[in-house]
Amino acid sequence: MAWWLAKRSIDHVVLERGEVANSWRTERWDSLRLLTPNWQSRLPGYGYLGTDPDGFRTMPETIDFLERYAKVIAAPVRSHTNVTSVRSNASGYEIVTHDGSWQCEAVVIATGACNIPQVPALAQAVPAAITTLTPMQYRNPGQLEQSGVLVVGASATGAQIADEIHRSGRPVTLAVGEHVRVPRIYRGKDIQWWMDAIGLLDERYDEVDDLVRARNVPSLQLAGFSDRRTIDLNSLTAIGVKLVGRLAGIVDGRAQFSGSLRNMCALADLKMNRLLDAIDEWAGEHAIDGDVEPPHRFEPTTVEASPPLGLDLTRGQIKTIIWATGFRPDYSWLDVPVVDRKGFIRHDGGIVETPGMYLLGMPFLRRRKSSLIDGAGDDARDLSAHLLSYLSEQTVASRPVRRALSR
Amino acid sequence: MATTTSEKSVNNGVNVEALLGAREALTQAPEAAAFKWRATCNWVNGTHSRSTVEGFYGLGDEQKHKTLFTFDSDHPEVFASEDKGATPVEIVLAGLAGCLTAGIAAVAQLREIQLRSVSATLEAGMDIRGILGADGDVRNGFDGIKVTYKIDADASPDDIKALVAQSQKRSAVYDIITNPTNVTVEVK
Repeated sequence: MAWWLAKRSIDHVVLERGEVANSWRTERWDSLRLLTPNWQSRLPGYGYLGTDPDGFRTMPETIDFLERYAKVIAAPVRSHTNVTSVRSNASGYEIVTHDGSWQCEAVVIATGACNIPQVPALAQAVPAAITTLTPMQYRNPGQLEQSGVLVVGASATGAQIADEIHRSGRPVTLAVGEHVRVPRIYRGKDIQWWMDAIGLLDERYDEVDDLVRARNVPSLQLAGFSDRRTIDLNSLTAIGVKLVGRLAGIVDGRAQFSGSLRNMCALADLKMNRLLDAIDEWAGEHAIDGDVEPPHRFEPTTVEASPPLGLDLTRGQIKTIIWATGFRPDYSWLDVPVVDRKGFIRHDGGIVETPGMYLLGMPFLRRRKSSLIDGAGDDARDLSAHLLSYLSEQTVASRPVRRALSR
Repeated sequence: MATTTSEKSVNNGVNVEALLGAREALTQAPEAAAFKWRATCNWVNGTHSRSTVEGFYGLGDEQKHKTLFTFDSDHPEVFASEDKGATPVEIVLAGLAGCLTAGIAAVAQLREIQLRSVSATLEAGMDIRGILGADGDVRNGFDGIKVTYKIDADASPDDIKALVAQSQKRSAVYDIITNPTNVTVEVK
C-alpha cells in the first residue's frame, strides 16, 4: 500500500507495532516456509531475482525480503509504534499510539487476519498435566516433552506441525475437521502455478457464488518443503500419524472425537478433484497438454474402518496439545463501530463502510489471492485509487501533494 | 451455477428459494432461528411406549404440525418382548436416513441436479452385552453405522458423491450422532 500511496503522491505513514515483518519474526515457527513459490511471492515493483524461483522462502528469507522492500521503496515506517486506538472525529481519524497521536483523513488497516489464535472453549477442560500451545507459541519439536502430542486441526498449520513433530519421534494424534487437500505438484507444475494460470487466484469477490463461504475456506494443506513433497492426510498416515475426527469435547479428562472423519476426508478429496478437473479443462482449452505431464488423480484419503472416538488424556500418553484451530483478527483498538457480531470488519472489497477507512490482507478481500503476498499489490492498487478519489473530495482546493496527515 | 439450456427445469420438490431466503433473513435475525423440537412419550405396557410429536417452537412463536404424528416403539420377540413397534435404535436409524435423504434432495435442487431415485440402506452393529450390563467394557450404543446410498440422478458419479458428502456436512441427525450432545433428564 505504501508503494501505491507514494506513486499516487498521497502523504502517508506506516505504523508498525514491532519491526518490519513483525509477525514473521515473532509469530511463526522455526521451520516454516512460504507456501507460495518464490517467483509468486512478489510485491509491486519488486519481484524475485534469485536463482531458485520455484523454491519457498524460509522465515529469515521472508523477513529479509520484506525489510529490503521497505528500504527500497523508502516506506515511511514508524516501528515500535503500537496503535492503541483509532477513532473518528470531524476531520477524519485520530490514531492514538504510546508515542503520541496522529490525525489523518484516511486510514488503511493492514493488521492481518491472524492476530489471535482461536482456542476452543473446551480447552478449559484439558487436564492440568498437559501443556497446551498455540501455533504462535510453537517454535520447534525440541520445546516439547518427548511424548505423545495431540495436534488439533489439520489445515496448513496443523498438517505441517504434525509432520514435523511426528518425525521428531513424538507420536502425533491429529484431530481432523474440515480441511482442503491439494497436491504440491500436479502434472509436473506447482499447484500455485496452476491456480495462478487458470485464473483462480485472480477470481474477484464480486464474482463468486457464495462469498461468505469463500472467505471461510480453511487454509490449504500445503507446505513449502525444499523437496516439494506433498503434505496431506495420506502422507501423514504413511509416517505413522494417527488420524481421528474433529475434537468435539473433553469430559472428565477424556477427549471426544467426532465420528465424521470419513466424510471430512471425502469432502476434501472431492474438492481436490474438482480443482484438478478445472486445471485439466483449462490445460486442454489452452492447448498445453503436450507441455505438461498427463492428467491423473491421487489416491483417496485412507481412513481406518473405525477411527477412535475418544482418548483418555489422563493416562500420560499425550503430554502436549497444540491448537491448530485457526486465528481471528484483533480489533480491540478499533474504536469506530465497523466490527460485526462475529468480530470482523464490515466492508465491500476492502472499502470499509465508514468513509476513508480501508482494509487489506484479509482472505478473499477482493480476490482469492488477497491474503497472499502476491495479492497485496493489486488490492493496494484498487484501494489506493479509491482512497485518492475520496481525498480529492475532501479538500477544497486541489494541491499536487495531498497533505493527508498531520502529527 | 450452470444455466441449463433445456426447457425442462430441475424439480426434486424442494423449495430452495424459500430456504435461501430463510438463510438470508435469519442471518440478520438470529433469535428467530432458535427452534425447539419436542416429543412426548407415554408408556403402554412392557417395553412398548408411544411417542407423539405435534408442537414445536420456531421463528419466535409456537408452531404446530398439520397432524399429530405417533411413533410406537417396542422390543422384538427375541428380546422376550411383544414387537408392537420398531426398536428405539431403529427409529434413530430412520431419523438419520430421513435427515440425510432430505439433505440430498435439497442440495440436488440447489445444484440443479435432477434426482430420479434415492434409496438408502442402513445397518448398525451393537453388542447387546452393553445394554444387558453383562460387560462393563461394552458400550450400550452402536459400534458404528453404515449407510449405503443408491442414487439415480442426472449427474456424474463424483457429483452424486458430492451431494451425499454435502448432505452429511449440513445434517442435524448426523451431527447429533457423530458429536456429543448434552442430555439432561429430570424427574418432576
